[in-house]
Amino acid sequence: MIPLNYILFLSTALFFIGMYGLFTRRNMITMLMSVELILNSVNINFVAFNKYLYPEKLEGLFFSLFIIAIAAAEAAVAIAIIINLYRNIRSIDVEAADEMKF
Amino acid sequence: MIGSEWVFYILSAFILVTGGLSVTTRKIFRSAIWLLFCLTGIAGLYFWLGMLFIAAVQIVVYVGGIVVLIIFSIFLTQQSGKDMPPPVRSRTIFSALAVCVGFLLTCVLMSQYSRFKALEPQYDYAAPDMSVSAIGTQMLSTTEHGYALPFEVISILLLAAMIACIVLAIKSKPEEK
Repeated sequence: MIPLNYILFLSTALFFIGMYGLFTRRNMITMLMSVELILNSVNINFVAFNKYLYPEKLEGLFFSLFIIAIAAAEAAVAIAIIINLYRNIRSIDVEAADEMKF
Repeated sequence: MIGSEWVFYILSAFILVTGGLSVTTRKIFRSAIWLLFCLTGIAGLYFWLGMLFIAAVQIVVYVGGIVVLIIFSIFLTQQSGKDMPPPVRSRTIFSALAVCVGFLLTCVLMSQYSRFKALEPQYDYAAPDMSVSAIGTQMLSTTEHGYALPFEVISILLLAAMIACIVLAIKSKPEEK
């Protein structure tokens, strides 16, 4: 059987893959994809802890459900902002969005 | 039981490889497609853990909703055939270094908790707690372990997000500008 440690290693690796994408990418849509990877690694942790530590309860599952719902809302708002920004400055590079930089 | 372990190893290799490709590939459309494969692999991991409802939600919301939204926004804002400019070399090196150090630190911290090593999941697919009706009952109950209040709050949040999206993405008339 797979111990809980292995699933935690998997989610840690996925989290840091998302962090790498967030550090290196400069395109807003690809940064949003990295954020989705990070949120998914957190979801894996919640579900695995629920399954391994408290299999008779449902709390981890509910937390994952709420995280998925919030991630959907966040992605929708972020994409609306990105499209609006593209209309105004014709680019979705984070370096190009420097109008409010002091 | 050996087959179940192999399924886990194959699934995790699939998730990590597709996730890594999705943050490193230079074509933005391919990046979105790799992300789609990665999220499908995570749904497979939930199936493997026996959490059928959350796996279905993962496929419906992430694979069917968010990735499609991302692909649409790529079509609206980019020339999807073009390569993205490569990241600056020093930034790549330093972020890879930071990520490796963070990963190793977390692994060292995790390996000190020997309690996690011996734990094994209970494969009880027919358990009444994991059924969809149990999930729905607990989500809408107002008793001690009920989730009625967070459910209502998140409904308001989704409504607010929907209205905000429409307001943000609406096309303003040229004479207003």
